[in-house]
Amino acid sequence: MLIFEHARHGRRNYSQAPTTTASTDGIPKQLLRKKQPLLPEVSEMDTVRHYTRLSQKNFSIDTEFYPLGSCTMKYNPRACNALAMLPQFLSRHPLAPEDTGQGFLACMYDLQEILKDVTGMAGISLAPMAGAQGELIGVMMIRAYHESRGDYERTEIIVPDAAHGTNPATAVMCGFKVVEIATDKEGNVDLNALKAAVGPQTAGLMLTNPSTLGVFEENVTEMSRIVHEAGGLLYYDGANLNAVLGKVKPGDMGFDVIHINLHKTFSTPHGGGGPGSAPVGVAKRLLPFLPVPFVKLENETYSWVAEKECPQSIGRLSAHMGNAGVLLRAYVYVRLLGRDGMHRVAEFATLNANYLMAELKKAGFEIAYPTRRASHEFIVTLKDTKEKTGVTAMNLAKRLLDKGFHAPTTYFPILVPECLLIEPAETESKQTLDAFVTAMKEILTEIQEQPDMVKNAPHSMPLRKLDDVKAARELDLRWKPDA
Amino acid sequence: MPFIPHTQDDIAEMLASIGADSIETLFDEIPDDLKSGRLNKVPPGLSEMEITRLMMERANQDGFYQNFIGAGAYEHHIPAAVWQITTRGEFYSSYTPYQAEASQGTLQLLYEYQTMMASLTGMDVSNASLYDGATALAEAVLMAVRSHRSSRRILMPQTVHPVYKKVVHAIVGNQKIDIVELPFCTEAGRVLPESLEKFENEEFAALVIPQPNFFGVLEQVNELTDWAHSKKALAIGVVNPVSLALLTPPGEWGSQGADIAVGEGQPLGIPLSSGGPYFGFMACKNSLIRQIPGRIIGRTNDLDGKQGFVLTLQAREQHIRRSKATSNICTNQGLMVTAATIYMSLLGPDGLRRVAEHSHANTTDLIQRLEKIPGVESAFSSPFFHEAVLKLQKPVDDVLAKMRARGILAGLNLQVFYPEMENTLLVCATETKTEVDIQNYVTQFEQALK
Repeated sequence: MLIFEHARHGRRNYSQAPTTTASTDGIPKQLLRKKQPLLPEVSEMDTVRHYTRLSQKNFSIDTEFYPLGSCTMKYNPRACNALAMLPQFLSRHPLAPEDTGQGFLACMYDLQEILKDVTGMAGISLAPMAGAQGELIGVMMIRAYHESRGDYERTEIIVPDAAHGTNPATAVMCGFKVVEIATDKEGNVDLNALKAAVGPQTAGLMLTNPSTLGVFEENVTEMSRIVHEAGGLLYYDGANLNAVLGKVKPGDMGFDVIHINLHKTFSTPHGGGGPGSAPVGVAKRLLPFLPVPFVKLENETYSWVAEKECPQSIGRLSAHMGNAGVLLRAYVYVRLLGRDGMHRVAEFATLNANYLMAELKKAGFEIAYPTRRASHEFIVTLKDTKEKTGVTAMNLAKRLLDKGFHAPTTYFPILVPECLLIEPAETESKQTLDAFVTAMKEILTEIQEQPDMVKNAPHSMPLRKLDDVKAARELDLRWKPDA
Repeated sequence: MPFIPHTQDDIAEMLASIGADSIETLFDEIPDDLKSGRLNKVPPGLSEMEITRLMMERANQDGFYQNFIGAGAYEHHIPAAVWQITTRGEFYSSYTPYQAEASQGTLQLLYEYQTMMASLTGMDVSNASLYDGATALAEAVLMAVRSHRSSRRILMPQTVHPVYKKVVHAIVGNQKIDIVELPFCTEAGRVLPESLEKFENEEFAALVIPQPNFFGVLEQVNELTDWAHSKKALAIGVVNPVSLALLTPPGEWGSQGADIAVGEGQPLGIPLSSGGPYFGFMACKNSLIRQIPGRIIGRTNDLDGKQGFVLTLQAREQHIRRSKATSNICTNQGLMVTAATIYMSLLGPDGLRRVAEHSHANTTDLIQRLEKIPGVESAFSSPFFHEAVLKLQKPVDDVLAKMRARGILAGLNLQVFYPEMENTLLVCATETKTEVDIQNYVTQFEQALK
């Protein structure tokens, strides 16, 4: 039932709105609304019950194992939420003067400094509100850098074919042409393809390392040399930073610009699809272009650095200071982890991934890059299974839901057919991983013995498989009272 | 080892299964010269008790103020149920609902949200949200240019939130889109429809119409919308969602209604929180549905014919279309929308209208009392919603500092954004302010002016 179907005309919550009406004589009649909006007329208890019940229809990290590749679904510590929601932080207006926000600004400054150390970059701006916005800002800085040198000929951004879809989409939003380069059979970027692609038209290369194939680009230093010698810059997509946190710094790999997904590596909540947060980091030569605002410390006082002090900044990408509350959560997380905890993140994320890969291989699953170490994630391909039984990666994914596990990422990266990208994250125990392997083994047996049952999964969820085609053809995007 | 559950036995068994002798071996594909040493600037870890003490100290350092600043972020009462439910783990720690069967909670909620926002704005359809109000406007500009085909010029009044304009410039700046400034009348505090005459022979993809505008003033939205349509330009409304419980929604502006409505969703149950996370909303006419960026939820059936919800129209998006997508956006502000949907349900149409009415009435009351103080007058003659501009006879910063010392954040010095507007103050009193609060402001203000 929808919330609107619980409603009765005239029902309202007396405690949640002013008890009286007030005069609107100051507003001209022709600017006043004539018909009231379709908001539900329900009691407070109706609302609480309805949305509590809806929440129970979700899988979440708090309730299920969520091995979603490239998404880093690690435990979101409750303290991060509780402390970011202290009433003083919540009630602070974004335009309140700096002297009324020294505590908040201190957290932001400390976070900038910690992220600088972790990434090996010279400067950090916390402003971007999501991974895709971090990318946009990063590529804008690349453009601004070339233009500041009077170099307007660099019109291309190189992107490996394994990259996230946001990489090419972002490059186009910044007015660049996208050049895709191939991956070799070991999962590395094809160096010859890269050499052939670079030139005076190259603005930069966007790279995820470890890549979305779950392997470390072994030739990253060579790639960095090739791109830099051609006059281009290197962009680090931080989607997989969790795999190397405390092990390798993007700055040491030669990257000029990076973004970090705090909602992945630094455990801020995914929230059913946002809010994200994606600070950008830059090497020294790109410092002048960082987006504003960021925080500085002078004479023991914290303050915002804005346009005035950064005339070459690429500007402002949000109305205020990005997703400040998400940044507070990340700050609490890094302080809980501390130096030693930070080093261990990549170690245990990698241990979990390699263990799971080994166990699934033993169980009979085909690994896409069997000769390689897994980073914090790896790929299983069901190409053969599909040819023999007709069962697809999506079918297996849906069957996993029946067994109480969220599905891995499916059909990404696009270049591996019928793939499952599996990322267990460091916060899962061996016992959870073992239970997942058991479920995968059961499904493998089911695929042999009752393939049609697997093809029609899920069976034990509140709903069976949903009709995407109908959804797109007969668009129903809002409830209507008379429909 | 915070949040890592492995025992020594677990580690040993796992390494044995892999066939590696140590965890370090698992990193043997990474060249040695790339491996970093200690993270010296990262302090040692804290326990939850220790970090709690630190954060409480910092929060206490910031303290509490009586807030009369608006300027795009507004203090409203947020019912306790809103965030208690929003932070349930099942909402808080779930992913983007790609696996529909395991995400019906989030998906249905977003469908309900789309229904509420479409109705509130008077538009046909709403997406599932964008980052914030400023980026929503930038996306609306891109959308207008995509659908217009022949013009890449946007007419943008100076009464639009000045930071929104900066964000639009930053985001669309690399796409050869021309933003043309439309001046406002300095007596009225709004755009005069007759000022559009000088653009009569120019072509635009869209006219942006803020309601209320950055000064809190109500624009002549019907005339502006009709002018845009007479020029075959789209009308983009930038609106405050709480005001829409009271004011004509963009879908009903002029004879045909605005084409796109965007705005900052923060007033709908989202705390001020130093500027974020908030969410941007976007709604449009049916004819523009394939140009809208961001996530959209549709209702459909499962194999048994039971009603369910899925992400739909994904062919517009970056994970399918890559370089040809309508936008690079892949998230919405899911958790914020969860809060807003619960907020709108708790308030209902009548409750939200009362919030809007009282916000309007409180600001009216505050302004009327302040105008009685010698040396204080309203800067503009036009009607306003819940925010207004005062003109003083002395620098605003001094007055603001004195008010702050009395525990009141008295408003925004407008000169920060409009250098030519000397001695002007933007103030806002929402439904959260009592008559005592308002009188206290007035009393302290009189003192501060001395």
